[in-house]
Amino acid sequence: MTTTATNTPTPELSGGALKRQLARAMRRQKIRALLLTAPLLAFIILGFLMPIGSMLMRSVDNSIVEETMPRTVVALESWDVTSTEIPSEEVFTALAADLQIAVENRSALVFARRMNYELAGFTTMVRRAQRAVRSWDIENDGPFREQFIEAHAGWGELETWQAFKTYSSPVTAGYYLAAIDYTMISGEIEPIPENRSIYLMLFWRTAWMSALICFMTLLLGYPIAFLLANVKERYANLLLILVLLPFWTSLLVRTSAWKILLQEQGVINQLLVWVGIVADDNRLALINNKFGVIIAMTHILLPFMILPLYSVMKTIPPSYVRAAKSLGANDWTAFWRVYFPQTIPGIGAGAILVFILAVGYYITPELVGGPSGMFISNRIAYQWNSAGNWGLVGALGSILLAAVLVLYWVYDKIVGIDNVKLG
Amino acid sequence: MALPSYASPAQKIWHYSYLTMCGLIFFFLIFPIVVIIPLSFNAQDFFTFTPEMLALDPAGFSLKHYVDFFTNPDWTQATYNSLVIAPMATLVSVSLGTLAAVGLSQSHVPFKRVIMAILISPMIVPLIISAAGMYFFFSAIGLQGTYWGVVLAHAILGIPFVIITVTATLVGFDRSLTRAAASMGAGPLRTFFKVQLPLILPGVISGALFAFITSFDEVVVVIFVGSAGQQTLPWQMFTGLREQISPTILAVATLMVGLSILLLATLEIMRRRNERMRGMTPG
Repeated sequence: MTTTATNTPTPELSGGALKRQLARAMRRQKIRALLLTAPLLAFIILGFLMPIGSMLMRSVDNSIVEETMPRTVVALESWDVTSTEIPSEEVFTALAADLQIAVENRSALVFARRMNYELAGFTTMVRRAQRAVRSWDIENDGPFREQFIEAHAGWGELETWQAFKTYSSPVTAGYYLAAIDYTMISGEIEPIPENRSIYLMLFWRTAWMSALICFMTLLLGYPIAFLLANVKERYANLLLILVLLPFWTSLLVRTSAWKILLQEQGVINQLLVWVGIVADDNRLALINNKFGVIIAMTHILLPFMILPLYSVMKTIPPSYVRAAKSLGANDWTAFWRVYFPQTIPGIGAGAILVFILAVGYYITPELVGGPSGMFISNRIAYQWNSAGNWGLVGALGSILLAAVLVLYWVYDKIVGIDNVKLG
Repeated sequence: MALPSYASPAQKIWHYSYLTMCGLIFFFLIFPIVVIIPLSFNAQDFFTFTPEMLALDPAGFSLKHYVDFFTNPDWTQATYNSLVIAPMATLVSVSLGTLAAVGLSQSHVPFKRVIMAILISPMIVPLIISAAGMYFFFSAIGLQGTYWGVVLAHAILGIPFVIITVTATLVGFDRSLTRAAASMGAGPLRTFFKVQLPLILPGVISGALFAFITSFDEVVVVIFVGSAGQQTLPWQMFTGLREQISPTILAVATLMVGLSILLLATLEIMRRRNERMRGMTPG
């Protein structure tokens, strides 16, 4: 609708006056639209976008070191990270003073835990030093260097001080480096040992398994969408229910169904044994591995592929294929050269949607994946729950989120967010 | 889809093998959901069909897993929690979402694309990231581990669905109806409740169903934002599945399949009503 329709020009309104009135009406309409949207927009920004933003900010936040150890950080400024000797007595005196205050504030172990993410064993070092430092008198009991090394030999090692110096700034790239299996303890960025690197492998696994799942849903979804689009509408509606029922069924129910079906004593193995393909004492391991995740997630995400494909295929006029055939194309040529290219928007929409949803999956890999079928989300949850390394959670999360947002942007370009359809 | 009478044998073979393939894919879609229903009546604590069940012997079947579900306080409490959280979350997302969708459907909305992208984003962002973010935020404002914290978190997750479904119904909405109402002296509120809302109701209801099922089926965010007092049904299922599976899960799963059939049927009725209202005949 246009505003002109509501404001039919009356004879006394001419030229400029009419224009002004139209502009005012338009402005009022815009403001009304924005006011209607405002409460929800504020709710989403406050309750969703800003929390995520601040969580991701933790990935670079390193202020804890400077806050708990201000004197040591200053004293370390004159010490060169490439030096081959441990810092001078001055730094150790500052450390003793800082540590005494930190013990009182109960912040020493928080600091220790943060450093421990970079250098294993740091917590023990701080704990030992903490015990010793309580009784020291900063003014008179020096020099402290030997006393620290006596409390824990780690204080005399170069690596400790390199890590301390490297991670003394309030902002760090350390968590991001850790998220891609690098470290910069010695001041230089270097890969961590193979046997401890895990994140790049997990990102890669998440990506290729999602791509495979995406391909599987396309492979299974395309024929179904084609069938739905080409049978009589009455049958199509009935068959559509078979697609929509899994779509509406709880994700947990579907995951648990697969867990129950695929387990060693489950229905699939029971069937295979009964048919005689598999020996009773040699049942297949279908679960707690990649296979289980791929099967279950293909099943769960299949409707997300079928529905966009179907909505595109429905709009393709059958006369095109008929025209191609009447011009001499065989079935395959007519399909491949005429029909298939018209379905590409649907393939794009379905594939991106399935891929976006798959890379963020947590529940299904957690329940049927086992260690070898774990996705990056599961590792993030582990870091959050068990390790409590929130900086790393932020870093891993923002890498994952960046990937998803790029795909979301592509999806918007191809499909348009306002064209998303559900059911 | 019917084969023409002049089809060659090769075309016939292809046609029937294609239909068989489709049949198998439909089987793959439905089988896992259907198979848990008979398994839930197993008299044994097994997850497979016992010989008695295969022989259709009544002794092989029982309702004991259902009895456990309805009497075990773990499950009844979880069901209760789900039933008080989901409707409230639905109410919040539907009221705010419908309002915003009506706003967005006006012509000449500035920044429409950006606003749309922001409002749909909770559906796209990986749940684990949303959950971690909301945990810190809700802890900071003292809502972590409270009923309202979980309700608000679930409302946020449900909003994209409400926006999508309501916007879709508004596309076909005839604007001259609101103008007619206004010209007869109805205020904006009255026009909305008496004219616009009844017409877009099918979209609002499907949005509400989506929002409800989102909350009713949600695990990750509730684990982060909630505490033991908000342990919902999916949470209880998730814990049960991760540790040791009790066969009661089969009964719960069956009941939840029943619920989704119910929702699907409601949605189908809504869709037909919507088409009828727009002057189209239901297919």
